[in-house]
Amino acid sequence: MIVQELIFYFFSLVMVLAAVAVVTVRNPIYAVLYLVLAFFSAAAIWMLLEAEFLAIILVVVYVGAVMVLFLFVVMMLDINLVPLKEGFIRYLPVAALVAIAMAVEMLMVVWSRGRFGVDMFPVPAPNSADYSNTRELGELLYTNYLLPFEVAGVVLLVAIIAAVALTLRTRPGIKTQNPSEQVRTRRDESVRLVKMKSEKPRGA
Amino acid sequence: MFEMIEAVFTWIQSQYLIWTLLKIVLIVLPLITVVAFYTFFERKVIGSMQIRVGPNRVGPLGLIQPFADVFKLLLKEIILPTNANRFLFVIAPVIALAPAFAAWAVVPFNDFLVLADVDAGLLYVLALTSLGVYGIIIAGWASNSKYAFLGAMRAAAQAVSYEIAMGFALVGVLILAGTMNLREIVLAQQGGILDWYWLPLFPMFVIYMISGLAETNRAPFDMAEGESEIVAGFHVEYSGAAFAVFFLAEYANMILISGLTAIMFAGGWLSPFEGMPVLGDTFLGEGSIIWFLAKTVVFMFMFLWYRATFPRYRYDQIMRLGWTVLIPITLVWTMLAALMTVLGIVVKGS
Repeated sequence: MIVQELIFYFFSLVMVLAAVAVVTVRNPIYAVLYLVLAFFSAAAIWMLLEAEFLAIILVVVYVGAVMVLFLFVVMMLDINLVPLKEGFIRYLPVAALVAIAMAVEMLMVVWSRGRFGVDMFPVPAPNSADYSNTRELGELLYTNYLLPFEVAGVVLLVAIIAAVALTLRTRPGIKTQNPSEQVRTRRDESVRLVKMKSEKPRGA
Repeated sequence: MFEMIEAVFTWIQSQYLIWTLLKIVLIVLPLITVVAFYTFFERKVIGSMQIRVGPNRVGPLGLIQPFADVFKLLLKEIILPTNANRFLFVIAPVIALAPAFAAWAVVPFNDFLVLADVDAGLLYVLALTSLGVYGIIIAGWASNSKYAFLGAMRAAAQAVSYEIAMGFALVGVLILAGTMNLREIVLAQQGGILDWYWLPLFPMFVIYMISGLAETNRAPFDMAEGESEIVAGFHVEYSGAAFAVFFLAEYANMILISGLTAIMFAGGWLSPFEGMPVLGDTFLGEGSIIWFLAKTVVFMFMFLWYRATFPRYRYDQIMRLGWTVLIPITLVWTMLAALMTVLGIVVKGS
């Protein structure tokens, strides 16, 4: 048990430090890499909660795909750091106000007796060895929560179509290639053999 | 009395740790050796495909050549480019290598030889293979070189595109096997060569191998290196041991993809003669680790075969192939796989 607690505190510490680093480091590439580290530590903590499906999906989707694209975009942008830092002092009071409001809200929820606290939540019984997190999740999603699940799928589909519709521009007069046509090209369409008489070399 | 029990308990725990570490060493050391000889094998195979001899000077039949290569690389100087990001530049090869090795934790060599028999094994493999691209992107960016950067950009786009096709190809396996545990996936394919999933999932089998090529950045999808266009892509600034680590990661990834193809689509450690009238009753009909290794070697050979056969794809054609050909086919075949399961055409472990 002590090992588990040590692992928990280790990953929590890494995650919090990484999250702080995301907003404090100067280099945007470092910020993205720290975000990757934060996601990874979160996945490890979920693993400790026996939620292995969610943990691995977090790595597959966020670390493996979303953050790669983030990194891609941040590397492509030529970010000049000076204008980003310009209004720091001017906006500081507003930012501090927002931060304090958020902190107070969170503390109000967490500190109120009776809703959170160790005594409110009994220690869950450890699952048996043949317990499959993935199977349980799948059974719930496809029986009790089928409609919300399907609706979420439709919303995602609409979002994809909207993203394509918003960014797709068709301009007239641009040259495009049709790869299937290129691949279908045959020899006799581009090569023509011409019969001609052999000629004498000049000056012979 | 209490102290004695505690002593025994800690002893067992330490034993368990030592035992697990031992198993890790038993997987990683042969893997590194196989990588070394895989490079030799590659040069020999491609040599004979191009009617050349290949390396034959160092040792008998040139067998010591891989070690000569390794020592040459280790003794060379590692050059840090000016204005390169030192920390990321050095750590990038390690990031590329780590997932390629870590994924072997869930690979079952036979019914009981597996380091971690986890339930979400297939997801774990998907997660780790998707991490390998970070090494390439970080290397490309940290090198502070335009060729390396172009290679990194190509690698990122290619990896994200082909991961989808790869994931969908595995969804077919999932539907037929009904489990994400790699050992149980193999057990679900019992019954001889015609019961393995390459047959009911043939298009997915082909797509998995194609995406495997793209994921490992091998020819004809080696856009990230593309030596005729961008010198050597992401590792153009790397030399010596740092380059050797990239090399190791690429080959370890190829072996991993070969092993996974054997598990998902070719029955893992199961014998192809299982259930046949005469051969199936002899020792050939029994499943063993030898069958698994043999299948893996066959797929490893195919990686080299592709390299010697196909010219490099053009960048836009890679994108077209991934998004408009492979992904729609996997989507359709996922539906067909579901139908096969519902109608009872493919039965688990028959």
